[in-house]
Amino acid sequence: MNQCDARIVGVETRMTVNGTPYTIRLDPRSSLLDVLRERLRFTGTKKGCDHGQCGACTVHVNGRRVVSCLMLAVQADGREVATIEGLSRHGEPLHPMQQAFVDHDALQCGYCTPGQIMAAVACVHEGHASSTDEIREYMSGNICRCGAYVGIVAAVEAAAAKMTGV
Amino acid sequence: MRPFMYTRAATPDEAVRAMASSGPETRFLAGGTTLFDLMKLGVETPRNIVDINSVAALTRFDTSGSRELVFGALARMSDVAADPKLVADYPVLSESLWRAASQQVRNMATVGGNLLQRTRCEYFRSGEPFACNKRKPGTGCAAKDGINRGHALLGGSDACIAVYPGDWAIGLVALDAMIDIIGPRGERSIAVEDLHLEPRDTPHIESTLDRDELIVRIRVPVSPVGRASVYHKIRDRESYAFALASAAVALTLEHDTVTEARIAIGGVATRPWRAHDAERGLVGHSLTSDTALRAGHAALAGASATTANGFRVELAARTVADALMIAKARA
Repeated sequence: MNQCDARIVGVETRMTVNGTPYTIRLDPRSSLLDVLRERLRFTGTKKGCDHGQCGACTVHVNGRRVVSCLMLAVQADGREVATIEGLSRHGEPLHPMQQAFVDHDALQCGYCTPGQIMAAVACVHEGHASSTDEIREYMSGNICRCGAYVGIVAAVEAAAAKMTGV
Repeated sequence: MRPFMYTRAATPDEAVRAMASSGPETRFLAGGTTLFDLMKLGVETPRNIVDINSVAALTRFDTSGSRELVFGALARMSDVAADPKLVADYPVLSESLWRAASQQVRNMATVGGNLLQRTRCEYFRSGEPFACNKRKPGTGCAAKDGINRGHALLGGSDACIAVYPGDWAIGLVALDAMIDIIGPRGERSIAVEDLHLEPRDTPHIESTLDRDELIVRIRVPVSPVGRASVYHKIRDRESYAFALASAAVALTLEHDTVTEARIAIGGVATRPWRAHDAERGLVGHSLTSDTALRAGHAALAGASATTANGFRVELAARTVADALMIAKARA
């Protein structure tokens, strides 16, 4: 059993973010979202509601989408985290999902977009993008207050075709 | 957020020992989607957290058995929802999972933790200055004369009318599921139907689980009744919302005559609500839209409305009726 008074020394946590390993001591109260943004400076991941209701903070942990605001960062110990910054590096072409969001005008203010895109990539990988109804159901955890949903559904549908070669 | 001591357990025994050696203000951490949320709101203020996510033995589930479907308490909602056996032979269980929360939350939340999901009553969640007997016993209930459109029609008391918000437990109760529990005094099993308590005058006590006990397994008896089943959930929006009313229904029919019926309702009661009388009233009769609606009204017998939630009595009755006809079409 691994026990320590984390209020004094912090909990040593090892995680990989976009392929780079990090070892950090954490106040166990920290959310994965806050650690990504404030400690590791992956500020592409956004804080919306901070209560798991809006999806703006969606990242992948071991390949599965989660809301990083409701995960203690210490729960990511030994895991691989992927954020929007890891989808395509500077100078590389955009990921097909990012390009589809541009092509289909799938945003206005853009604040929810990193979460939308991370959720959408997972949605396709899960096999939950086979129809517009299915896309709407499996993207329902991502709220867009600008109401760009029509473009978002079109973007996910188009990117899914490219990503799966259909 | 109040600071806490963080401990990680690798086995169920280790988890129980860690809990037993900590004080009363200790919580197990599974998916964390309820606990961490309520800690941010200051509603949960544990001094110790025992993280059980490393207990690999509890993440497995097996739906291939000839007598029971067995779900480790730490199996994730999304994984169980997608199980082909559940989708084909127990749609009520699969649907109760995927019609809950979002895929992100379902990837985190566990099927054990989900049973103990706390109410969404805004007066409970919002903290001071609102009175809430569940959050702070003896302070009163702000919902009684407050915004109570979503509050309970069944099982409420003068002290509390907060709704039990879960979906999965409704399906499990309909299928006579059991849970296995471990604690410092050993292992025991109870029906899911005997897990949750009505509030009466102690709404802060929500289940028959002792503070130091841990749900390790959920078991569902194998039964052909699962085939013609549905979890029908009515919400303010089409997806990612809690139920205004929901019904878990499973049937066996011979020609048009009901030989077995299971009905449990969600979103309208203070605990998962099995409608035994409505079930008995259907058996031996043919299932038509008339008998289905009669069963729906029987399921809501004893409903008590507040100032703003009266419309949900008829809504819930019709949700049950619709669910029965959907289940019939699947037979």
